[in-house]
Amino acid sequence: MSSVTRYFKSLLLVELFQGMALTMRYMFKPKYTVRYPMEHIPKSNRFRGLHALRRYANGEERCIACKLCEAVCPALAITIDSAPRASDGQRRTTRYDIDLFKCIYCGFCEESCPVDSIVETSIHEYHFEHRGENVVTKSQLLAIGDRFEKQIAADRAQDAAYR
Amino acid sequence: MSMADQLIHQVLWPIIYILCITVPLIIAVAMFVYWERKVIGWMHVRLGPNKIGPFGLLQAFADVFKLLLKEVILPTNANRFLYYLAPLLTLIPALAAWAVIPFSSKMVLSNANAGVLYLLAMTSLGVYGIILAGWASNSRYALLGAMRSAAQVISYELAMGLCLVCVLVLAGSLNLTDIVNAQAGHKGFFDWFWLPLLPVFVIYFISGVAETNRAPFDVAEGESEIVAGFHVEYSGSAFAIFFLAEYANMILVSFLASILFMGGWLSPLQGWIHADVSPWVNWIWTGGFIWLFIKAFAFSFMFLWFRATFPRYRYDQIMRLGWKVFIPIAIVWVLVAGCMKYYGLVSIGTGV
Repeated sequence: MSSVTRYFKSLLLVELFQGMALTMRYMFKPKYTVRYPMEHIPKSNRFRGLHALRRYANGEERCIACKLCEAVCPALAITIDSAPRASDGQRRTTRYDIDLFKCIYCGFCEESCPVDSIVETSIHEYHFEHRGENVVTKSQLLAIGDRFEKQIAADRAQDAAYR
Repeated sequence: MSMADQLIHQVLWPIIYILCITVPLIIAVAMFVYWERKVIGWMHVRLGPNKIGPFGLLQAFADVFKLLLKEVILPTNANRFLYYLAPLLTLIPALAAWAVIPFSSKMVLSNANAGVLYLLAMTSLGVYGIILAGWASNSRYALLGAMRSAAQVISYELAMGLCLVCVLVLAGSLNLTDIVNAQAGHKGFFDWFWLPLLPVFVIYFISGVAETNRAPFDVAEGESEIVAGFHVEYSGSAFAIFFLAEYANMILVSFLASILFMGGWLSPLQGWIHADVSPWVNWIWTGGFIWLFIKAFAFSFMFLWFRATFPRYRYDQIMRLGWKVFIPIAIVWVLVAGCMKYYGLVSIGTGV
Protein backbone atom coordinates (compact mmCIF):
# COMPACT_ATOMS: atom_id res chain seq x y z
CA MET A 1 0.00 0.00 0.00
CA SER A 2 2.79 2.37 0.89
CA SER A 3 4.35 1.80 -2.51
CA VAL A 4 1.07 2.77 -4.14
CA THR A 5 0.78 6.00 -2.14
CA ARG A 6 4.41 6.73 -2.88
CA TYR A 7 3.78 6.17 -6.57
CA PHE A 8 0.91 8.63 -6.66
CA LYS A 9 2.77 11.07 -4.44
CA SER A 10 5.65 11.21 -6.90
CA LEU A 11 3.36 11.20 -9.93
CA LEU A 12 1.34 14.13 -8.62
CA LEU A 13 4.53 16.00 -7.64
CA VAL A 14 3.21 16.50 -4.10
CA GLU A 15 6.57 17.01 -2.47
CA LEU A 16 7.76 19.27 -5.25
CA PHE A 17 4.76 21.54 -4.73
CA GLN A 18 5.44 21.56 -1.00
CA GLY A 19 8.99 22.69 -1.69
CA MET A 20 7.79 25.40 -4.03
CA ALA A 21 5.30 26.63 -1.45
CA LEU A 22 8.16 26.88 1.02
CA THR A 23 10.35 28.98 -1.26
CA MET A 24 7.36 31.16 -2.11
CA ARG A 25 6.82 31.82 1.59
CA TYR A 26 10.48 32.69 1.99
CA MET A 27 10.28 35.10 -0.92
CA PHE A 28 8.07 37.43 1.13
CA LYS A 29 9.94 37.11 4.41
CA PRO A 30 11.90 40.09 5.72
CA LYS A 31 15.41 39.92 4.32
CA TYR A 32 18.49 39.40 6.45
CA THR A 33 20.81 41.47 4.30
CA VAL A 34 22.47 44.46 5.98
CA ARG A 35 23.26 47.18 3.43
CA TYR A 36 26.69 47.43 4.99
CA PRO A 37 28.19 50.84 4.37
CA MET A 38 24.82 52.46 5.04
CA GLU A 39 23.65 50.13 7.78
CA HIS A 40 25.60 48.69 10.71
CA ILE A 41 24.80 45.90 13.08
CA PRO A 42 25.28 46.45 16.83
CA LYS A 43 28.83 45.82 18.02
CA SER A 44 29.95 44.37 21.35
CA ASN A 45 31.83 46.61 23.75
CA ARG A 46 34.40 43.80 23.87
CA PHE A 47 35.08 44.12 20.15
CA ARG A 48 38.82 43.94 19.43
CA GLY A 49 39.71 46.25 16.56
CA LEU A 50 42.43 48.74 15.82
CA HIS A 51 44.92 49.36 18.66
CA ALA A 52 45.44 52.56 20.63
CA LEU A 53 47.69 53.84 23.41
CA ARG A 54 45.85 55.70 26.18
CA ARG A 55 46.81 58.65 28.37
CA TYR A 56 45.88 59.64 31.91
CA ALA A 57 43.50 62.54 32.38
CA ASN A 58 46.43 64.88 33.02
CA GLY A 59 47.87 64.10 29.59
CA GLU A 60 50.66 61.80 30.79
CA GLU A 61 50.99 58.67 28.65
CA ARG A 62 50.13 55.50 30.55
CA CYS A 63 52.72 53.22 29.02
CA ILE A 64 55.68 52.51 31.35
CA ALA A 65 57.60 50.33 28.86
CA CYS A 66 57.24 47.14 30.95
CA LYS A 67 57.19 45.21 27.64
CA LEU A 68 54.65 42.66 28.94
CA CYS A 69 52.60 43.14 25.78
CA GLU A 70 55.66 42.54 23.63
CA ALA A 71 56.39 39.38 25.58
CA VAL A 72 52.85 38.02 25.50
CA CYS A 73 52.14 38.82 21.87
CA PRO A 74 51.74 35.39 20.17
CA ALA A 75 52.28 36.87 16.71
CA LEU A 76 55.36 38.94 17.63
CA ALA A 77 53.60 41.95 16.21
CA ILE A 78 54.76 44.42 18.88
CA THR A 79 58.25 45.96 18.94
CA ILE A 80 59.25 48.18 21.88
CA ASP A 81 62.43 50.16 22.61
CA SER A 82 62.76 52.03 25.88
CA ALA A 83 64.99 54.64 27.51
CA PRO A 84 64.84 57.09 30.46
CA ARG A 85 62.89 60.16 29.42
CA ALA A 86 65.16 63.18 28.95
CA SER A 87 62.96 65.59 30.95
CA ASP A 88 62.49 63.62 34.20
CA GLY A 89 64.37 60.36 33.78
CA GLN A 90 61.17 58.23 33.89
CA ARG A 91 61.19 54.88 32.07
CA ARG A 92 59.32 55.43 28.80
CA THR A 93 59.13 53.87 25.35
CA THR A 94 61.08 55.45 22.54
CA ARG A 95 59.51 53.16 20.02
CA TYR A 96 56.21 51.29 20.09
CA ASP A 97 55.41 49.64 16.75
CA ILE A 98 52.56 47.26 15.99
CA ASP A 99 52.63 45.40 12.70
CA LEU A 100 48.94 45.10 11.83
CA PHE A 101 49.69 42.42 9.26
CA LYS A 102 51.14 40.20 11.99
CA CYS A 103 48.56 41.09 14.61
CA ILE A 104 45.83 38.49 15.10
CA TYR A 105 43.67 40.74 17.32
CA CYS A 106 43.72 38.27 20.23
CA GLY A 107 43.64 41.04 22.84
CA PHE A 108 46.48 39.53 24.96
CA CYS A 109 48.38 42.84 24.93
CA GLU A 110 45.39 44.57 26.46
CA GLU A 111 44.95 41.78 29.03
CA SER A 112 48.59 41.90 30.03
CA CYS A 113 48.91 45.67 30.35
CA PRO A 114 49.23 46.66 34.05
CA VAL A 115 48.33 50.30 33.38
CA ASP A 116 45.56 49.84 30.77
CA SER A 117 47.70 51.63 28.24
CA ILE A 118 47.53 49.48 25.11
CA VAL A 119 43.91 48.75 24.18
CA GLU A 120 42.05 47.41 21.22
CA THR A 121 39.34 49.84 20.21
CA SER A 122 36.10 49.04 18.45
CA ILE A 123 37.36 50.60 15.20
CA HIS A 124 37.13 47.97 12.49
CA GLU A 125 36.97 50.02 9.30
CA TYR A 126 40.49 51.10 8.36
CA HIS A 127 42.81 50.54 5.44
CA PHE A 128 46.32 51.22 4.16
CA GLU A 129 47.19 52.76 0.83
CA HIS A 130 50.96 52.36 0.82
CA ARG A 131 53.48 49.69 1.71
CA GLY A 132 54.75 50.16 5.26
CA GLU A 133 51.59 51.78 6.56
CA ASN A 134 50.69 48.48 8.17
CA VAL A 135 53.21 49.28 10.93
CA VAL A 136 51.60 51.81 13.25
CA THR A 137 54.00 53.82 15.38
CA LYS A 138 53.78 55.15 18.92
CA SER A 139 52.67 58.62 17.84
CA GLN A 140 49.93 57.17 15.64
CA LEU A 141 48.74 54.89 18.43
CA LEU A 142 48.65 57.78 20.89
CA ALA A 143 46.76 59.87 18.38
CA ILE A 144 44.16 57.12 17.97
CA GLY A 145 43.90 56.90 21.74
CA ASP A 146 43.41 60.66 22.07
CA ARG A 147 40.76 60.72 19.41
CA PHE A 148 38.67 57.81 20.68
CA GLU A 149 39.36 58.08 24.43
CA LYS A 150 35.69 58.64 25.21
CA GLN A 151 34.58 55.50 23.40
CA ILE A 152 37.48 53.47 24.80
CA ALA A 153 36.75 54.54 28.38
CA ALA A 154 33.02 53.88 27.97
CA ASP A 155 33.65 50.38 26.60
CA ARG A 156 36.04 49.58 29.47
CA ALA A 157 33.66 50.94 32.09
CA GLN A 158 30.85 48.82 30.71
CA ASP A 159 32.97 45.68 30.95
CA ALA A 160 34.65 46.47 34.29
CA ALA A 161 32.10 44.56 36.39
CA TYR A 162 32.98 41.28 34.65
CA ARG A 163 36.76 41.49 35.05
CA MET B 1 5.70 47.50 -58.84
CA SER B 2 8.97 49.34 -59.12
CA MET B 3 12.31 48.10 -57.88
CA ALA B 4 12.29 50.57 -54.99
CA ASP B 5 8.83 49.44 -53.89
CA GLN B 6 9.93 45.84 -53.96
CA LEU B 7 12.97 46.66 -51.87
CA ILE B 8 10.84 48.49 -49.34
CA HIS B 9 8.19 45.77 -49.09
CA GLN B 10 10.36 42.71 -49.23
CA VAL B 11 13.53 43.85 -47.48
CA LEU B 12 13.07 47.00 -45.45
CA TRP B 13 9.77 46.20 -43.71
CA PRO B 14 10.70 42.62 -42.81
CA ILE B 15 13.94 43.92 -41.30
CA ILE B 16 12.04 46.48 -39.29
CA TYR B 17 9.61 43.80 -38.11
CA ILE B 18 12.50 41.54 -37.17
CA LEU B 19 14.13 44.34 -35.20
CA CYS B 20 10.79 45.01 -33.51
CA ILE B 21 10.96 41.47 -32.13
CA THR B 22 14.65 40.91 -31.48
CA VAL B 23 15.55 44.21 -29.85
CA PRO B 24 12.78 44.00 -27.22
CA LEU B 25 13.70 40.35 -26.82
CA ILE B 26 17.32 41.17 -26.03
CA ILE B 27 16.25 43.85 -23.58
CA ALA B 28 13.80 41.36 -22.09
CA VAL B 29 16.67 38.91 -21.65
CA ALA B 30 18.67 41.57 -19.80
CA MET B 31 15.76 42.35 -17.52
CA PHE B 32 15.06 38.64 -17.08
CA VAL B 33 18.59 38.10 -15.81
CA TYR B 34 18.05 40.92 -13.34
CA TRP B 35 14.67 39.51 -12.35
CA GLU B 36 16.18 36.06 -11.89
CA ARG B 37 18.84 37.36 -9.54
CA LYS B 38 16.23 39.38 -7.66
CA VAL B 39 13.74 36.51 -7.27
CA ILE B 40 16.36 33.96 -6.30
CA GLY B 41 17.75 36.51 -3.86
CA TRP B 42 14.33 37.00 -2.29
CA MET B 43 13.81 33.26 -2.03
CA HIS B 44 17.19 33.00 -0.31
CA VAL B 45 16.05 35.77 2.08
CA ARG B 46 18.57 38.12 0.47
CA LEU B 47 18.00 41.36 -1.41
CA GLY B 48 19.53 40.61 -4.79
CA PRO B 49 21.22 43.28 -6.90
CA ASN B 50 20.28 46.75 -5.65
CA LYS B 51 23.26 48.98 -6.28
CA ILE B 52 23.34 49.92 -9.97
CA GLY B 53 20.44 52.12 -10.95
CA PRO B 54 17.15 52.34 -9.05
CA PHE B 55 16.54 48.97 -7.33
CA GLY B 56 19.55 47.64 -9.25
CA LEU B 57 17.59 47.77 -12.50
CA LEU B 58 20.67 48.59 -14.57
CA GLN B 59 22.69 45.69 -13.14
CA ALA B 60 22.13 43.51 -16.22
CA PHE B 61 23.26 46.28 -18.56
CA ALA B 62 26.39 46.84 -16.49
CA ASP B 63 27.10 43.11 -16.78
CA VAL B 64 26.54 43.20 -20.54
CA PHE B 65 29.00 46.06 -20.99
CA LYS B 66 31.53 44.31 -18.80
CA LEU B 67 31.25 41.16 -20.90
CA LEU B 68 31.43 43.02 -24.20
CA LEU B 69 34.59 44.82 -23.15
CA LYS B 70 36.38 41.64 -22.11
CA GLU B 71 38.66 39.62 -24.31
CA VAL B 72 37.42 36.47 -26.03
CA ILE B 73 40.11 33.95 -25.19
CA LEU B 74 40.84 31.19 -27.70
CA PRO B 75 42.17 28.11 -25.88
CA THR B 76 45.32 26.42 -27.16
CA ASN B 77 44.60 23.78 -29.83
CA ALA B 78 40.97 24.85 -30.02
CA ASN B 79 39.37 24.71 -33.44
CA ARG B 80 39.26 28.41 -34.23
CA PHE B 81 36.48 28.35 -36.83
CA LEU B 82 34.11 26.07 -34.92
CA TYR B 83 34.95 27.77 -31.63
CA TYR B 84 33.73 31.10 -32.93
CA LEU B 85 30.86 29.56 -34.90
CA ALA B 86 29.33 27.72 -31.94
CA PRO B 87 27.89 30.71 -30.04
CA LEU B 88 26.26 31.95 -33.22
CA LEU B 89 24.80 28.51 -33.89
CA THR B 90 23.07 28.60 -30.51
CA LEU B 91 21.92 32.20 -30.78
CA ILE B 92 20.54 32.16 -34.33
CA PRO B 93 17.96 29.38 -33.80
CA ALA B 94 17.01 30.88 -30.44
CA LEU B 95 16.17 34.16 -32.16
CA ALA B 96 14.84 32.66 -35.39
CA ALA B 97 12.23 30.65 -33.50
CA TRP B 98 10.50 33.91 -32.60
CA ALA B 99 9.48 34.43 -36.21
CA VAL B 100 6.37 32.27 -35.88
CA ILE B 101 5.26 33.34 -32.41
CA PRO B 102 1.86 35.04 -32.68
CA PHE B 103 1.65 37.88 -30.16
CA SER B 104 -1.99 38.49 -30.97
CA SER B 105 -4.41 37.47 -33.69
CA LYS B 106 -2.80 39.92 -36.11
CA MET B 107 0.67 40.46 -34.66
CA VAL B 108 2.86 37.71 -36.09
CA LEU B 109 5.97 38.05 -38.22
CA SER B 110 5.44 34.87 -40.22
CA ASN B 111 2.08 33.14 -39.99
CA ALA B 112 3.60 29.88 -41.20
CA ASN B 113 1.32 26.91 -41.83
CA ALA B 114 3.75 24.53 -40.20
CA GLY B 115 4.74 26.86 -37.41
CA VAL B 116 5.00 24.12 -34.80
CA LEU B 117 7.30 22.05 -37.00
CA TYR B 118 9.47 25.10 -37.59
CA LEU B 119 9.64 25.70 -33.85
CA LEU B 120 10.60 22.09 -33.15
CA ALA B 121 13.31 22.32 -35.80
CA MET B 122 14.68 25.60 -34.46
CA THR B 123 14.74 24.56 -30.82
CA SER B 124 16.51 21.33 -31.80
CA LEU B 125 19.11 23.12 -33.88
CA GLY B 126 20.45 24.87 -30.80
CA VAL B 127 22.02 21.62 -29.64
CA TYR B 128 24.47 21.75 -32.55
CA GLY B 129 25.94 24.92 -31.14
CA ILE B 130 26.28 23.26 -27.76
CA ILE B 131 28.03 20.18 -29.15
CA LEU B 132 30.34 22.27 -31.32
CA ALA B 133 31.17 24.56 -28.41
CA GLY B 134 32.04 21.59 -26.25
CA TRP B 135 34.10 19.89 -28.91
CA ALA B 136 35.87 22.92 -30.33
CA SER B 137 36.99 24.16 -26.89
CA ASN B 138 39.51 21.32 -26.55
CA SER B 139 38.57 20.91 -22.88
CA ARG B 140 37.32 17.76 -21.21
CA TYR B 141 34.87 19.61 -19.01
CA ALA B 142 33.39 21.38 -21.99
CA LEU B 143 33.13 18.10 -23.87
CA LEU B 144 31.48 16.36 -20.91
CA GLY B 145 29.01 19.20 -20.53
CA ALA B 146 28.23 19.17 -24.23
CA MET B 147 27.64 15.40 -24.23
CA ARG B 148 25.35 15.58 -21.23
CA SER B 149 23.52 18.51 -22.67
CA ALA B 150 23.07 16.89 -26.07
CA ALA B 151 21.82 13.60 -24.62
CA GLN B 152 19.41 15.46 -22.36
CA VAL B 153 18.08 17.81 -25.00
CA ILE B 154 17.49 14.98 -27.46
CA SER B 155 15.73 12.82 -24.83
CA TYR B 156 13.40 15.56 -23.76
CA GLU B 157 12.77 16.66 -27.31
CA LEU B 158 10.89 13.39 -27.76
CA ALA B 159 8.60 13.97 -24.80
CA MET B 160 8.13 17.55 -25.91
CA GLY B 161 7.26 16.45 -29.45
CA LEU B 162 4.67 14.01 -28.15
CA CYS B 163 3.15 16.79 -26.04
CA LEU B 164 2.90 18.90 -29.16
CA VAL B 165 1.20 15.99 -30.94
CA CYS B 166 -1.54 16.08 -28.31
CA VAL B 167 -2.05 19.78 -28.97
CA LEU B 168 -2.09 19.19 -32.72
CA VAL B 169 -4.65 16.40 -32.34
CA LEU B 170 -6.99 18.73 -30.49
CA ALA B 171 -6.37 21.85 -32.56
CA GLY B 172 -6.13 20.10 -35.91
CA SER B 173 -3.56 22.54 -37.17
CA LEU B 174 0.19 23.19 -37.13
CA ASN B 175 -0.35 26.92 -37.35
CA LEU B 176 0.18 28.63 -34.00
CA THR B 177 -2.50 31.25 -34.66
CA ASP B 178 -4.99 28.48 -35.43
CA ILE B 179 -3.93 26.61 -32.30
CA VAL B 180 -4.72 29.65 -30.18
CA ASN B 181 -8.01 30.26 -31.96
CA ALA B 182 -8.93 26.63 -31.37
CA GLN B 183 -8.73 27.37 -27.64
CA ALA B 184 -11.21 30.24 -27.80
CA GLY B 185 -14.58 29.62 -26.27
CA HIS B 186 -17.32 30.90 -24.01
CA LYS B 187 -15.86 29.30 -20.90
CA GLY B 188 -12.74 31.48 -21.13
CA PHE B 189 -10.04 30.03 -18.87
CA PHE B 190 -11.62 26.56 -18.93
CA ASP B 191 -11.63 26.36 -22.71
CA TRP B 192 -7.88 26.32 -23.02
CA PHE B 193 -5.94 23.16 -23.69
CA TRP B 194 -4.38 22.94 -20.25
CA LEU B 195 -7.54 21.35 -18.90
CA PRO B 196 -8.01 18.41 -21.31
CA LEU B 197 -4.23 18.05 -21.61
CA LEU B 198 -3.25 18.70 -17.98
CA PRO B 199 -0.59 15.93 -17.62
CA VAL B 200 0.80 16.79 -21.02
CA PHE B 201 0.90 20.46 -20.09
CA VAL B 202 2.99 19.67 -17.00
CA ILE B 203 5.24 17.35 -19.00
CA TYR B 204 5.67 19.97 -21.68
CA PHE B 205 6.77 22.63 -19.27
CA ILE B 206 9.13 20.36 -17.35
CA SER B 207 10.59 19.17 -20.66
CA GLY B 208 11.00 22.79 -21.62
CA VAL B 209 12.99 23.36 -18.44
CA ALA B 210 15.15 20.34 -19.28
CA GLU B 211 15.45 21.42 -22.90
CA THR B 212 16.87 24.80 -21.91
CA ASN B 213 19.29 23.10 -19.49
CA ARG B 214 17.93 24.96 -16.52
CA ALA B 215 17.83 23.90 -12.88
CA PRO B 216 16.96 21.26 -11.73
CA PHE B 217 18.09 19.76 -15.05
CA ASP B 218 21.29 21.77 -15.36
CA VAL B 219 23.77 18.88 -15.29
CA ALA B 220 25.14 20.30 -18.52
CA GLU B 221 26.36 23.27 -16.48
CA GLY B 222 26.77 21.46 -13.18
CA GLU B 223 28.80 24.10 -11.35
CA SER B 224 29.86 21.67 -8.65
CA GLU B 225 31.12 19.02 -11.08
CA ILE B 226 32.18 20.40 -14.44
CA VAL B 227 32.37 24.13 -13.71
CA ALA B 228 30.15 25.54 -16.46
CA GLY B 229 29.78 22.73 -18.96
CA PHE B 230 30.01 23.40 -22.66
CA HIS B 231 30.77 27.13 -22.35
CA VAL B 232 33.48 26.82 -19.72
CA GLU B 233 36.19 28.09 -22.09
CA TYR B 234 34.18 31.00 -23.44
CA SER B 235 34.66 34.52 -22.15
CA GLY B 236 33.59 38.02 -23.04
CA SER B 237 31.06 38.52 -25.79
CA ALA B 238 31.05 34.84 -26.85
CA PHE B 239 29.93 33.91 -23.36
CA ALA B 240 27.38 36.71 -23.46
CA ILE B 241 25.94 35.21 -26.64
CA PHE B 242 25.53 31.79 -24.99
CA PHE B 243 23.85 33.49 -22.09
CA LEU B 244 21.59 35.44 -24.40
CA ALA B 245 20.61 32.27 -26.27
CA GLU B 246 19.87 30.38 -23.06
CA TYR B 247 17.64 33.09 -21.69
CA ALA B 248 15.97 33.74 -25.05
CA ASN B 249 15.15 30.04 -25.12
CA MET B 250 13.70 30.21 -21.63
CA ILE B 251 11.46 33.08 -22.65
CA LEU B 252 10.55 31.20 -25.82
CA VAL B 253 9.51 28.11 -23.87
CA SER B 254 7.43 30.34 -21.61
CA PHE B 255 5.70 31.89 -24.61
CA LEU B 256 5.15 28.48 -26.19
CA ALA B 257 3.62 27.06 -23.02
CA SER B 258 1.25 30.04 -22.92
CA ILE B 259 0.37 29.74 -26.61
CA LEU B 260 -0.07 25.98 -26.77
CA PHE B 261 -1.78 25.34 -23.45
CA MET B 262 -2.87 28.61 -21.88
CA GLY B 263 -4.68 30.20 -24.81
CA GLY B 264 -2.02 32.61 -26.03
CA TRP B 265 -3.43 36.10 -26.25
CA LEU B 266 -6.95 34.96 -25.28
CA SER B 267 -8.48 36.40 -22.15
CA PRO B 268 -9.34 34.05 -19.25
CA LEU B 269 -12.56 36.09 -18.88
CA GLN B 270 -13.62 35.55 -22.47
CA GLY B 271 -17.31 34.71 -22.67
CA TRP B 272 -17.90 35.79 -19.07
CA ILE B 273 -18.05 39.50 -19.63
CA HIS B 274 -19.84 41.06 -22.56
CA ALA B 275 -19.22 44.78 -22.43
CA ASP B 276 -17.87 47.48 -24.66
CA VAL B 277 -16.26 50.12 -22.50
CA SER B 278 -13.33 51.47 -24.46
CA PRO B 279 -10.54 50.02 -26.59
CA TRP B 280 -8.16 50.62 -23.67
CA VAL B 281 -10.09 48.34 -21.34
CA ASN B 282 -11.77 45.85 -23.69
CA TRP B 283 -8.65 43.71 -24.02
CA ILE B 284 -9.18 42.51 -20.46
CA TRP B 285 -12.06 40.30 -21.64
CA THR B 286 -11.61 40.15 -25.42
CA GLY B 287 -7.91 39.27 -25.28
CA GLY B 288 -4.77 40.94 -26.50
CA PHE B 289 -1.01 40.63 -26.51
CA ILE B 290 -0.83 41.85 -22.90
CA TRP B 291 -2.50 38.62 -21.79
CA LEU B 292 0.17 36.64 -23.62
CA PHE B 293 2.88 38.64 -21.91
CA ILE B 294 1.28 38.16 -18.50
CA LYS B 295 1.09 34.39 -19.05
CA ALA B 296 4.63 34.18 -20.39
CA PHE B 297 5.86 36.22 -17.42
CA ALA B 298 4.18 33.78 -15.05
CA PHE B 299 5.82 30.85 -16.79
CA SER B 300 9.25 32.44 -16.86
CA PHE B 301 8.83 33.13 -13.16
CA MET B 302 8.34 29.37 -12.74
CA PHE B 303 11.81 28.82 -14.21
CA LEU B 304 13.32 30.97 -11.47
CA TRP B 305 11.09 29.43 -8.83
CA PHE B 306 12.27 25.95 -9.84
CA ARG B 307 15.86 27.07 -9.70
CA ALA B 308 15.50 28.47 -6.20
CA THR B 309 13.64 25.40 -4.96
CA PHE B 310 14.96 22.16 -6.40
CA PRO B 311 18.35 20.50 -6.06
CA ARG B 312 19.97 19.25 -9.25
CA TYR B 313 18.81 15.91 -10.65
CA ARG B 314 21.33 13.12 -10.91
CA TYR B 315 22.10 12.30 -14.54
CA ASP B 316 20.54 8.83 -14.56
CA GLN B 317 17.45 10.24 -12.84
CA ILE B 318 17.09 12.76 -15.64
CA MET B 319 17.24 10.01 -18.23
CA ARG B 320 14.83 7.83 -16.28
CA LEU B 321 12.36 10.68 -15.92
CA GLY B 322 12.51 11.52 -19.61
CA TRP B 323 12.35 8.04 -21.08
CA LYS B 324 10.41 5.99 -18.54
CA VAL B 325 7.95 8.54 -17.18
CA PHE B 326 7.34 11.42 -19.55
CA ILE B 327 7.34 9.62 -22.87
CA PRO B 328 4.93 6.83 -21.79
CA ILE B 329 2.52 9.32 -20.21
CA ALA B 330 2.66 11.53 -23.29
CA ILE B 331 2.04 8.60 -25.61
CA VAL B 332 -0.96 7.49 -23.56
CA TRP B 333 -2.29 11.02 -23.60
CA VAL B 334 -2.01 11.21 -27.38
CA LEU B 335 -4.52 8.37 -27.39
CA VAL B 336 -6.67 10.05 -24.75
CA ALA B 337 -6.61 13.32 -26.68
CA GLY B 338 -7.59 11.49 -29.85
CA CYS B 339 -10.54 9.87 -28.07
CA MET B 340 -11.59 13.20 -26.58
CA LYS B 341 -11.53 14.77 -30.01
CA TYR B 342 -13.29 11.83 -31.67
CA TYR B 343 -16.10 11.66 -29.16
CA GLY B 344 -16.43 15.44 -29.05
CA LEU B 345 -15.55 15.80 -25.37
CA VAL B 346 -13.65 19.03 -25.97
CA SER B 347 -15.03 22.05 -27.76
CA ILE B 348 -12.64 23.39 -30.36
CA GLY B 349 -12.71 27.01 -31.38
CA THR B 350 -16.34 27.74 -30.59
CA GLY B 351 -15.80 31.36 -29.73
CA VAL B 352 -13.70 32.62 -32.64
